[in-house]
Amino acid sequence: MTWEIVIGLEVHAQLSTHSKIFCGASTEFGAEPNTQADAVSLALPGVLPVLNKGAVERAIKFGLATGSHIAPRSVFARKNYFYPDLPKGYQISQFELPVVGQGALTIQVAPLSGNAKPYEKTVRITRAHLEEDAGKSLHGDFHGMTGIDLNRAGTPLLEIVSEPDMCSAAEAVAYAKALHTLVRWIGICDGNMQEGSFRCDVNVSVRKPGEPLGTRREIKNLNSFKFMQQAIDYEVQWQVDTIENGGTVQQATILFNPDTGETRAMRSKEDAHDYRYFPDPDLLPLEISPEWIEQMRATLPELPQTKQARYVNELGLSAYDASLLTASREMADFFETVLAAVPNDAKICANWIMGELNAQLNRDGLDMTQCPISAQQLGSMLARIVDGTISNAGAKEVFRTMWAEGGEVDAIIEAKGLKQVSDAGAIEKIVDEIMSANTDKVTEYRGGKDKLFGFFVGQAMKASKGQANPAQLNEILKAKLAG
Amino acid sequence: MFESSLKQMGAALRAKKISSVELTQSYLDRMAQLNPQLNAFITINPEMSLAQAKAADARLAAGNADALTGIPIAQKDIFCAKNWLTTCGSKMLHNFVSPYDAHVISQFNNAGAINLGKTNMDEFAMGSSNETSYYGPVKNPWDTERVPGGSSGGTAAAVAARLCAAATGTDTGGSIRQPAALCGISGLKPTYGVVSRYGMIAFASSLDQAGPMGRSAEDLALMMNVMAGFDERDSTSLQRNKEDYTRDLNKPLTGLRIGLPKEFFAEGMGSDVAKAIEAAIAEYKKLGATIVDISLPNSKLSVPVYYVLAPAEASSNLSRFDGVRYGYRAPEYGDLADMYEKSRAQGFGAEVQRRIMIGTYVLSHGYYDAYYIKAQRIRRLIAQDFVEAYKHCDVIMGPTSPSTAFKLGEKGDDPVQMYLSDIYTIAVNLAGLPGMSIPCGFGDNAMPVGLQIIGNYFDEARMLNVAHQYQLATDWHSRAPHGL
Amino acid sequence: MIPYQPCLNIVFAMSLTTQDVEKVARLARLAMTPSEIETARKQLNGIFGLIAEMQAVDTDGVEPMSHSQDLAQRLREDKVTESNQREAFQAIAPQVEQGLFLVPKVIE
Repeated sequence: MTWEIVIGLEVHAQLSTHSKIFCGASTEFGAEPNTQADAVSLALPGVLPVLNKGAVERAIKFGLATGSHIAPRSVFARKNYFYPDLPKGYQISQFELPVVGQGALTIQVAPLSGNAKPYEKTVRITRAHLEEDAGKSLHGDFHGMTGIDLNRAGTPLLEIVSEPDMCSAAEAVAYAKALHTLVRWIGICDGNMQEGSFRCDVNVSVRKPGEPLGTRREIKNLNSFKFMQQAIDYEVQWQVDTIENGGTVQQATILFNPDTGETRAMRSKEDAHDYRYFPDPDLLPLEISPEWIEQMRATLPELPQTKQARYVNELGLSAYDASLLTASREMADFFETVLAAVPNDAKICANWIMGELNAQLNRDGLDMTQCPISAQQLGSMLARIVDGTISNAGAKEVFRTMWAEGGEVDAIIEAKGLKQVSDAGAIEKIVDEIMSANTDKVTEYRGGKDKLFGFFVGQAMKASKGQANPAQLNEILKAKLAG
Repeated sequence: MFESSLKQMGAALRAKKISSVELTQSYLDRMAQLNPQLNAFITINPEMSLAQAKAADARLAAGNADALTGIPIAQKDIFCAKNWLTTCGSKMLHNFVSPYDAHVISQFNNAGAINLGKTNMDEFAMGSSNETSYYGPVKNPWDTERVPGGSSGGTAAAVAARLCAAATGTDTGGSIRQPAALCGISGLKPTYGVVSRYGMIAFASSLDQAGPMGRSAEDLALMMNVMAGFDERDSTSLQRNKEDYTRDLNKPLTGLRIGLPKEFFAEGMGSDVAKAIEAAIAEYKKLGATIVDISLPNSKLSVPVYYVLAPAEASSNLSRFDGVRYGYRAPEYGDLADMYEKSRAQGFGAEVQRRIMIGTYVLSHGYYDAYYIKAQRIRRLIAQDFVEAYKHCDVIMGPTSPSTAFKLGEKGDDPVQMYLSDIYTIAVNLAGLPGMSIPCGFGDNAMPVGLQIIGNYFDEARMLNVAHQYQLATDWHSRAPHGL
Repeated sequence: MIPYQPCLNIVFAMSLTTQDVEKVARLARLAMTPSEIETARKQLNGIFGLIAEMQAVDTDGVEPMSHSQDLAQRLREDKVTESNQREAFQAIAPQVEQGLFLVPKVIE
């Protein structure tokens, strides 16, 4: 009995503005409770909202990055409901006319199990709208009461709604990750999931192939990709079991408990969600001119997909390398800075970044932004490999030194005596000396004992204290031995 | 002194004939004597007022006084004023000492005016008689058995009884003009967006507008110079050049085209009111104006449209009063929902709850299009009527209120009857136009009658000119209630 | 004295039931006793009688009007302008502890 899974996502990305969406209070994370709750955040009587230009700019950038329609005119609406973390008793959001309309995001899906191959998929974006975040309810020890912190209230959010285009946890996670990469890439959200900057609501339903859509349940507020996968897997199994045991799935809002790995319906019963949306009379329609859109387009960095294609087509990298190098903007920037030092040798850059550098980062538990070796340093080191100054082995020594102690590439080469001997005359002299000291071996070699070649290389390297340029040495040895 | 104009008071202060402290104290004394029977003020704080007066005197002495420096002005209790109890006429805010100043309050403070106290009002500005105030009804100084009108009833009574030099009001459906008419004073509701709403407790955000109330058009012009102007904290505040609202006061009215909407003169207006209005029109003809008959065919729908849109916005605006961060919280409650429901049921009066319910209903699922959207469409038709009318006239005139002040409790049980007393004023708010009311005589019961003057957008200076010229020719505006 | 009487007979069969009023009171978070609900029901029906007159108007093709001025939203520069005023703001709060506003337990 096969079941088809249908998944749609609503992602809340906190926009990386300095101030809140409708007032001048700070959005900085981690402040003492309510110290960033100004008169507007607290909804004191008489206060009014004024829209933050920075939030709109970020929405425009998102629209451009996903090829979405950007509405020349959009409207803010009030979503009315009572909740202690919602000071006005309504959330200012967008309803009928959102700032960003239909678009799409192409994702690479790596199936989570089995030997299935990675594949590409396009997920349609329904809309993205601006709205304000709520505050936080804290359930500490307050004599059985709940504490309300409104620092977060009014932080700008972009709610990105997808079509129900995903049909597995792997696809949902891949989409969420791609979105996560993108919002950080274009600099509109810091993507910090622990701090709640990027939160996902997942709508899940199951159906038999060919049948109409099943009833969906919405898993709220997932803040890690691992939990998302676990929650979807659990929820799908639960829905399938429920139906197969003769039950029906009721539409519900559910929470995932990471400790038990289970989902459960929320207890707070909201009266059938009658939000009474209407246009906010305190705010006028938001108008976005074509000129403004073009201005924003000019500030957009090259997008990951464009970069990938360029790396493959112009730099000759594999699709796999290209996708790894564009996993984050930091990674791509790093790569391109390194490449600037050795413009004709993209492959060596890719190899070193994804090989030695990545391995070291993983070993030390660091991410790209914390890398002790700068892209400039790595670039100068690779340039010394390419121009023959150091060998690969010497480079590894330089790399280890820079990682541990820092320092300038040429100075390290000098100090450690890693410079290769590339002077043909000097190498010839060493080769001549070795041949005359080992005339018997020369004779044997010339008599057909080819494997003695290694012996001569070893002797020559020893004599040069390991500094002879290996390629050059090989060449000279071959010529001389041939007589 | 109490009969002096703002201009005369300012001149006396600047000439050091009287100090602001003396002036303020004399108003406080008069208030102590008369306010108990009128109940025009919710909060008086002599200490704070006199401290401001002292500062004003220093400014006067330093020679950098503005037109209103040192003059005692009363503020409707809808404006948040820092360190002042700001109740909006509601039990919900019985303990709300505002931590900040409304834009209007800052403007008066910057001008060096004295905040003489916070005037009584219908609860959250919802009412036309001032009977919905949690702090008790205001009495009309002309007859204390009658209402002063509302919602700015405290302000109107205070100005009429000379308890302050002038005062502020707000007008969502007639709340400046109707009480001005019923108390025999002048009041101006400016074009929507001319005075910032920041710090003015919202009733219906797309209709609310603050304005001055005083004893003459000239006083209103000086008040407007302080109140009007762009404020970046209000998204609906208009970015316009600063205006001097006194600039046109003395222009002659020759050639002025006055539009009389036939709908305002058809049925329903009291015959005594009609007589006073007709006399005023006759006076204007003498002043050189010509009369144009116009029609506002959709204005008859303004009451139903208003009672959809205003409650809808209000139901949402008043959701913030939940007993969590400020204001009233029920003394006893069970769970969260119980805390909300009890705090709101106990904190809001009957009329406010009624309007919250109307608004909640018209916005709820399945009714939104039939009520809210429908009302917004008709709102446009009403506004278009005015656009058409102003092709043929410069100002529109008619009655402010269908009757003079009615008796306290007279319209008690039937909200619909009360709502209909705003029939002539509401269309102006729906269109966002400026409107004013000036005294133009007395009705059969010797109560004042108000003439409504409706201007085109941003035509406040012309309206003040039109009113001022009438007040130069007549003396209705300088009549004071007897027996006080 | 009353300028015009709403035509109550053209009201199109709109009448709120007790359940409607109860639902509205719940949505608006207003505690009401059964007798208050009944009073409210009668008054609301009177008011909706007045409002029902709108339905007779032909509004086809008329744009809904949210604001009296046809203007676009003005935008604010992304700058932090507010500083911490927690003490002043919480001085007027019903119940606070450790800088938090306290409410009856929120159950998710």
